[in-house]
Amino acid sequence: MSDWTKVVALHDIPKLGSRLVRSAKGEIAIFRTEDDRVFALHNNCPHKGGPLSQGIVYGDKVACPLHNWRISLVDGQAEEPDEGHTACFAVKVEDGAVYLEI
Amino acid sequence: MKKMKLVVVGNGMAGMRTVEELLKIAPDLYDITVFGDEPYPNYNRIMLSPVLANEQTIDDIILNSREWYAENNIRLYTNARINKIDRKNRLVYAEDGTSAEYDRLLLATGSRPFMLPIPGADLEGVIGYRDIQDTNAMIDAAKVYKHAVVIGGGLLGLEAANGLKIQGMDVTVVHRSEWLLERQLDKTAARMLQQSLEAKGLNFLLEKDTEQLTGKDGRVTAVRFKDGQEIPADLVVMAVGIRPNFALAESAGIHCDRGIVVNDTMQTYDPRIYAVGECVAHRGISYGLVAPLFEMAKVCATHLANFGIGRYVGSVTSTKLKVTGIDLFSAGDFTGGEDTEEIVLHDAVGGVYKKLIIKDDKIIGSVLYGDTTDGSWYFQLLRDKKPIHEIRDHLMFGQDSLGNTGHQGQDKASAMTDEMEVCGCNGVCKGTIVKAIKEKGLFTIDDVKKQTKAGSSCGSCVGLVEQILASALGGGYAPPSTNKAVCGCTDLNHEEVREQVRQHKYLNIPDAMTGMQWRTPNGCATCRPALNYYLISTWPHEAVDDPQSRFINERVHANIQKDGTYSVVPRMYGGVTTPNQLRKIADVADKYAVPMVKVTGGQRIDLLGVKKEDLVNMWADLDMPSGYAYAKGIRTVKTCVGSEFCRFGTQDSTQMGIDIEKAFDHMWAPHKVKFAVSGCPRNCAESGIKDVGIIGVDSGWEIYVGGNGGIKTEVAQFLCKVKSHDEVLEYSGAFIQIYREEARYLDRTVHWINRVGLDYVKKRVIEDAEGRKAAYERLLFALQGAVNPWAERVQKRDEHKEFETITL
Repeated sequence: MSDWTKVVALHDIPKLGSRLVRSAKGEIAIFRTEDDRVFALHNNCPHKGGPLSQGIVYGDKVACPLHNWRISLVDGQAEEPDEGHTACFAVKVEDGAVYLEI
Repeated sequence: MKKMKLVVVGNGMAGMRTVEELLKIAPDLYDITVFGDEPYPNYNRIMLSPVLANEQTIDDIILNSREWYAENNIRLYTNARINKIDRKNRLVYAEDGTSAEYDRLLLATGSRPFMLPIPGADLEGVIGYRDIQDTNAMIDAAKVYKHAVVIGGGLLGLEAANGLKIQGMDVTVVHRSEWLLERQLDKTAARMLQQSLEAKGLNFLLEKDTEQLTGKDGRVTAVRFKDGQEIPADLVVMAVGIRPNFALAESAGIHCDRGIVVNDTMQTYDPRIYAVGECVAHRGISYGLVAPLFEMAKVCATHLANFGIGRYVGSVTSTKLKVTGIDLFSAGDFTGGEDTEEIVLHDAVGGVYKKLIIKDDKIIGSVLYGDTTDGSWYFQLLRDKKPIHEIRDHLMFGQDSLGNTGHQGQDKASAMTDEMEVCGCNGVCKGTIVKAIKEKGLFTIDDVKKQTKAGSSCGSCVGLVEQILASALGGGYAPPSTNKAVCGCTDLNHEEVREQVRQHKYLNIPDAMTGMQWRTPNGCATCRPALNYYLISTWPHEAVDDPQSRFINERVHANIQKDGTYSVVPRMYGGVTTPNQLRKIADVADKYAVPMVKVTGGQRIDLLGVKKEDLVNMWADLDMPSGYAYAKGIRTVKTCVGSEFCRFGTQDSTQMGIDIEKAFDHMWAPHKVKFAVSGCPRNCAESGIKDVGIIGVDSGWEIYVGGNGGIKTEVAQFLCKVKSHDEVLEYSGAFIQIYREEARYLDRTVHWINRVGLDYVKKRVIEDAEGRKAAYERLLFALQGAVNPWAERVQKRDEHKEFETITL
């Protein structure tokens, strides 16, 4: 059974930035895009496990800080020609608060 | 909205490359239909020679599979030759009656081999060399017949001859001129080439005019020359040149003059009709090599996409012969004239010949035989019209462009076996790269980096990768100009971006991106850090420093490690510390259970394996300044003991180092900047491999610049000698400031100096006293009021929430 859990206020995530959440399901990175969309990915790059939460966010992608793999925030898929996938988590924003389904 | 209709006539490399470029920038603009008269999807025509030489198969050289056309919703008609264009009703008709309507039409009809108009040219067994059909005809003929004659000793003729020899035929190459490849080589190089090919078993008849081909039962049996000599021939390949296919365009009333005439936007005289490739005549020139076609494709695509940018202004081409085991390169004007100079290196026994033609201090042509390692470099100097007087004395000995580490000391790709590692960072072997180039149809260094990862980390092997590309592609390889766009988000190069930032006084990233018409809403991980640096270095104290556009290390003022922990390196000015500092470091290491404490190469102490959430507390406890060990900016000033203690010391290098480090503390730069100060010429602080290396001598200080101890060891070059302590600060500060203002982001000082020349640097720093003082003042101004970022973070904990982890 999954539940929506209130995690953080939207304004406490920097635009084009992220926050790190430690949960029972491991580390989850919550990203905020320029246009205030919010995404949640497992904090591990499919390449060598780099902490995606620390990467540079642009458009709806994040560049891994370790070796610059580009991961889609939308589906966790690595950009070609790299191949790999990071798990995604459902996330929503209500009344300025970010909720994670976990 | 209804899509416009784009019809492409010609399913070859130029046409499809244009479509690919178009899909990249405007994927949904057109409904695309392609007509090709061959039965195959687009293949890599320049790889036909390796197919003939049994090195590859037809399947290997397909560039766009039928699935690719389907995936991109492109209607493909193969075996469909267009024979009529109805410009009034905007329709094209194929021979079989198929028709298609267009809003825009792209002609890429290519060229055909020129067949000598001599008696017997229509006999069976007489072919040109252009497509898969010709290649198969040669392979089939080799199974049944013995004697092959290739008419034409140009690139294509020699590749055909080599292939036919490998297929088992007796091959004679007939050539009209005095030497082979007279349009690419001078006589000396051509003779060397001929000898190597003769050693492979090819026969040559030079200065021979073919009079007629004779046959029996409709098939060719012999070639007769004007001097009466006759040789047997069961297969005759005519490789005497190509002719652009423009009959279709001409019949539709489009202006043609030995090709379809186009302007710099690749537009024909009918504004709805564009043309690219071998069929066009641009400024009176038709090209038969693939590199210019790709440049045309790129320009044409921007116009088809309605961007209205990009001009094709012609190409300087280079050639390489694709015969395994023969290294040959030629570019530009290699014959020279009265107003040109030559530099020649000729080792007849070693089989090496190099000739450079120089005019007005610039390379205008080159011929290389036997050792083509530096072909791409010379070609780049040629294309960029770079003055060469500074490097003239070692020009002939090559660029030595490779890093010295990571690829087993190899500097010639041709000498490497397929199993040998080219890229030591990513473990990529030569064979893997060759395979990717051939199977995936790669044409540029960036393609190879993306597909194989070779050269994508430290970059030390890029020169090797380039050699591999050049030898696999032959004339298809064009080295990237050094003047390229910052990234895919913009067409502007680094200098243009800097200029616009200055001119329009952009003070934040959104304004800059809007003003310069960035293609992406907020850039990418390549351009944002560069742009951020250009803003803050151009407009110190005014531009907004955007933390989200900084790499993580600079955002959190610590170095990220492979496991996501960080390292903490406090500053120790000049590498001098105190018992008190050491005690504090020891206490902090204990308190936070730091897994490793390490002495760095820059004379300080590194605390490794720190968790991000501990960083701020640790900085508070340490109460020492950040060492910027993570920064594109000033790192350390390494010093030796100097005259205070050393019995050889002539100057107080330790104090000098401390003063420099304090003066330039907190300085951001295009890349990391390292200083060193030695107290005597014994140079214990290794000043020779630093961005700025200072060596004390009895009468003052020598300043060296552009050294680097990294991927490729670069010895710093002497800039000047000064007398006083203050002058050291002023001269080295001015040098660094000009580098900060003019280098491209991620250029180390050596890369910048290599591009602008040491003469330029000397002019700015030494000859122009006022300019020097002003530059130094600008540096001091930029650094005014800079604070220790660690202390700032400790004070303003609440503003930096990103350090806090949320626990559920």
